[in-house]
Amino acid sequence: MTDKQRLLIVGNGPVGHQFIESIVESGQSDQFDITVIGEEPRPAYDRVHLTAWFETREADSLNMVKEGFYSNNNITALSNEKVTEIDRANKVATTDKGEKYAYDKLILSTGSFPFVPPVPGHDRQNCFVYRTIEDLEAITAAAKNAKVGAVVGGGLLGLEAAKAIKDLGLKTHVIEFAPRLMAVQVDEGGGALLRRKIEDLGVSVHTQKNTQQIIDGNDCIHKLQFADGAELETDILVFSAGIRPQDALARQSDLEVGERGGIVINDNCQTSDPAIYAIGECALWGGRIYGLIAPGWDMARAAADHVIGSSEKTFTGADMSTKLKLMGVDVASIGDAHASTPGAKCYTFIDEKAEVYKKIVVTEDGQHLLGAVLIGEANDYGTLLQFALNKIELPEHPESMILPALDGSAGVGLGVDALPDVAQICSCNNVSKGDLCAAVQDGAMTVGDLKACTKAATTCGGCTALVGQVLNAELTKMGVEVNTDLCEHFPYTRQEIYHLVRVGEIKSFDELLEKHGSGHGCEICKPTAASILASCWNDYILEPKHAALQDTNDRFLANMQKNGTYSVVPRMAGGEVTPDGLIAVGQVAKKYNLYTKITGGQRVDLFGATLDQLPRIWEELISAGFESGHAYGKSLRTVKSCVGSTWCRYGVQDSVGKAIDLENRYKGLRSPHKLKMAVSGCTRECAEAQSKDVGVIATEKGWNLYLCGNGGMKPRHADLFASDIDTDTMVKYIDRFLMFYVRTADRLQRTSVWMENLEGGLDYLRKVIIDDSLGICADLDAEMAHVVDTYQCEWKTTIENPEKVKQFRSFVNADKSDKEIVFIQERGQIRPATEAEKIADSDLIAVA
Amino acid sequence: MSWTTVCSIDDILPNTGVAALIEEMQVAVFRVDDTIYALANKDPFSNANVLSRGIICSIKGTLVVASPIYKQHFSLEAGQCLEDDSVSIACYEARTEGNSVQIRIAH
Repeated sequence: MTDKQRLLIVGNGPVGHQFIESIVESGQSDQFDITVIGEEPRPAYDRVHLTAWFETREADSLNMVKEGFYSNNNITALSNEKVTEIDRANKVATTDKGEKYAYDKLILSTGSFPFVPPVPGHDRQNCFVYRTIEDLEAITAAAKNAKVGAVVGGGLLGLEAAKAIKDLGLKTHVIEFAPRLMAVQVDEGGGALLRRKIEDLGVSVHTQKNTQQIIDGNDCIHKLQFADGAELETDILVFSAGIRPQDALARQSDLEVGERGGIVINDNCQTSDPAIYAIGECALWGGRIYGLIAPGWDMARAAADHVIGSSEKTFTGADMSTKLKLMGVDVASIGDAHASTPGAKCYTFIDEKAEVYKKIVVTEDGQHLLGAVLIGEANDYGTLLQFALNKIELPEHPESMILPALDGSAGVGLGVDALPDVAQICSCNNVSKGDLCAAVQDGAMTVGDLKACTKAATTCGGCTALVGQVLNAELTKMGVEVNTDLCEHFPYTRQEIYHLVRVGEIKSFDELLEKHGSGHGCEICKPTAASILASCWNDYILEPKHAALQDTNDRFLANMQKNGTYSVVPRMAGGEVTPDGLIAVGQVAKKYNLYTKITGGQRVDLFGATLDQLPRIWEELISAGFESGHAYGKSLRTVKSCVGSTWCRYGVQDSVGKAIDLENRYKGLRSPHKLKMAVSGCTRECAEAQSKDVGVIATEKGWNLYLCGNGGMKPRHADLFASDIDTDTMVKYIDRFLMFYVRTADRLQRTSVWMENLEGGLDYLRKVIIDDSLGICADLDAEMAHVVDTYQCEWKTTIENPEKVKQFRSFVNADKSDKEIVFIQERGQIRPATEAEKIADSDLIAVA
Repeated sequence: MSWTTVCSIDDILPNTGVAALIEEMQVAVFRVDDTIYALANKDPFSNANVLSRGIICSIKGTLVVASPIYKQHFSLEAGQCLEDDSVSIACYEARTEGNSVQIRIAH
C-alpha cells in the first residue's frame, strides 16, 4: 500500500487540467497518487477556441495536455468514464463502468452543461448545443445537407456558434430574447453597433424574440414560432442560451448546492465536505457562477495550493472583464459596463463611419474608472483594464482615454511604469507585471521568450501589446540596447534600408554603401541589398553592378549542392506539365546524366550540373518552352495545386488554372525569404494550402485566402484572412500582402515569423490591406504592377548574351570541367561520391 | 616558378572571383576594385572547389571571401579562416601587368 495521498479529479476539462498542472508545477506531485476521470473521449482541450476547430478540423490543435504529461508525472488519466456516485463516508467514487476509486481528496471539475430552453420541439432532429468537439462534429455532419442555420442565444458563445455555422456556408440567423446582443457585457449603444457589424457580415440578427415552439418547416426542416407571431425557418438549430452548473454528483451526495444550482465553495474551493473541492463552472462562490476560463483557472490554483498544504492562494472572486473577437469584430467589456454603481458617470464616443463605439464609466468624482465597453476597436482594453483593476487615478479629462488622437500624438495611454508590480497583465494565466519583470531580469529578451517562460499572452492573446511594453520598459531600465543593425556596414534594419532605397531612388549597392554605409559590405548586406534593389526596380540580377552582390544560388541562377555542382529546376506553373515537356526534361537529364527527383512543390529537380553545363542545359530547356523556376531565389517558388473542378468529382473551382495564374503573376518577385503558395479546389485541401505563405482554398462562392503559413522547421497553420472573395479581390489582397511583407520584413524572415512579430497581428494586417489604414495601398499596388510588368526569365536573358554566358565557365583560362567532381551510381542514378569513395577510386563516374 | 597570366582584368567583374587552372591546380582569383588576390579554390570544410564563387566581404577591416557552401570566411591576403584559427588555405602572389592578371605559385 502506498502512503501517498490519493487525489481523484472528476472531470478532465481545462479547469481540471489546470488543477493537475498546478500540483505538478508545485514540485510536490510525488506526494500524491493522481487519477483524473473524464467522460469525454479525449483529455482536456481548449474550449475557448472551439470555433477554431472549424478552421483546422483537428482536435489535436486544441489539446491542452502536452505529450507525455501523464506518463512523465505518474498520472492515471481515464476517458469515456463517468463518476456516478460518491460514497463520502468511505471516500470512494463509483463509475458507470462499475469501477471504484478510493480518494483522500476529491476534486469536482465537472463544468457546466448548456441550457436548452424547454420549448416544445427542442429535441427534434438537427437540434444541437455548442459545447464539445462531438457537438461540432455533429453540426458539421448535419450542415452537409442544410442551407440555413439558426442559433438561439445572442451571447458570447451564441455568436461564436453563429460564426461556425456561417463558416460552414449556411445562411445564418441569431435569435436573442433580450433587446440586444451580448446583453450581459454590452450596453445599448454598443449592442446596436455590434448588431450592425454582425449583420454586415451576412448574419441576420433577431432580437426580442421569444421562441414558443418548433414545428415542421415548409422549405426547411424546422419552423420556429415566436411569441410576437413571427416565424423563421431553418435546417439546423443550435441552442446557446447560457449554461447550468453540472452539480448532479454533488446533489446526489448531499453536498450543499445553491438555490439555482452550483456547488457552494469557500475561499479554498472546499465544498461543505472539506475532503471535496469544486472548481470551475460547477462551483458557486459568493452566490455566483463564473462562466469564464480565467476565474476557473484561479479556482484550480487556489484548490491545488490548499491540497498541498500551502494557503498562499485563495479564490476571492474574479474580474469578469473580457475582450474577444466575435466574427472579426472586437468586443470588450470591463467591470461595471452598465454604470450601475450609484453616481457613476459615462463618457461615450461613437464613430459611425469607422463603426467604433467606446464608453467609459467613472466614479462620481471622476477620479477612477469603474467600467468600459469597446466595440469595433479594443486596442485600449489593456490600459483601461489596468486603470480599473489597480484604481489608478484618471487624467483630468477622462474622455481623453477614448478619444482618438487627431494630432498624431500617441494618445493618453498608460505608461507601464505607472503600474504596480502586482498589476495582473495576463489574466488568463495570472501573470503579474512583477512576474514579467523578473523574467526579463533572468534573461528574457523578446515577447516570445516571455511567452515561453511565463505563459503570458499564450491563451487569448489580449495582453500581447502590454507584455511587449513591459518588456521594452524593463529592457530600457536595464540599459540594454537591442542592436537591430543589419551588419557592421549598415547601421539600419532591413526595413530602413528598404525605405532608403525606395525613397532615395538608389539603384546600386555602391551608391547605397556610399550614402548610408561603410566598408566593403559582406555576405549579409550584399544579398539583402540585392534583394531590395530587385524588389524595387527589378533589374536583371546579373547586371555587372548587381552580380557581385548575389547570394551563392542567385549568382549562377541555380542551387549549389555540397560538392559544388548545381541543381536545376524549370518552372512548371501549378505543377502542370505536358508529356512533351516531361520528355524534354528527361532528355536533358539523360544527356547530362543528372540525378532526377520530384520536388515538394510539384516540379522536377535535376542535380549534378557543373557550372559550365548550366547555360547549355538552359538553352535546351528554353527551346523546349521552359523558363526559370527561380528555385535558387529568395522569391516565389511554386504555387502548388490539386487537380480541381476540371477533373475532380469534389472540386468546386479550377484550382490548377488559378495556381498557374498566380504563379505567372508573382514569378520572379524577390522577397526577404522564399515564398510558397498553393491553391486547393475544395475544402478537402489536397494542395495543403494552409501550410503556405499564401494559401487559397476554393469555396462555392469564391475563394478563402489564408496567409502566413509555413511548413519547414517551425510549422505554422496559415490564418484565414478573407472568406468567399472573388478572384480580383484575392489578387489585390495578395499583391498588397506581398509588397507589405517585402517592405517591412527582416532579412530571411518568413511570413509566419513576420506575422508573429507584427504588432496587432492579423487584424492589423487586415486594416492595412483591406481598409488601407496606412494609406499605402495605392503605392503597394503600383509597386507590384511594376514588378509584374518587368518580369523576365533570367535564364533567357543570360543565354542570349555571350558575355553573361562567359561568367559560367568552370575556369577562366581553360575550357574544362572540374575533374574532382565525381559521382557514384545508386538506385540507377548518380550521387556525389564520398571522400572515402574518391580515395578508393573504383566505379567513379566523371561529369558527363 | 614564374608568373602565369590567367586572364584579362575585364574577365573578372569588380568584387567577384573566378577559378583558374594553373598546372592542374585550382586557384580562386579575386578582384577587389583593381587589386587582385589569389587563394586555393578548395573550401576545406566541404572539400568542394567553390571559393571563387563566394561573396567578397570586409569583416572589421579585413578583406575576406565567404565560402558559398557553409559561409566560413577566409582572408584574401593570408588565407586564414576567421571562424577557426587552426584552418588556413594556400595563398598565392597575384598582380596585374597592364590588363593581364598574373599569378605566381611558389613550389
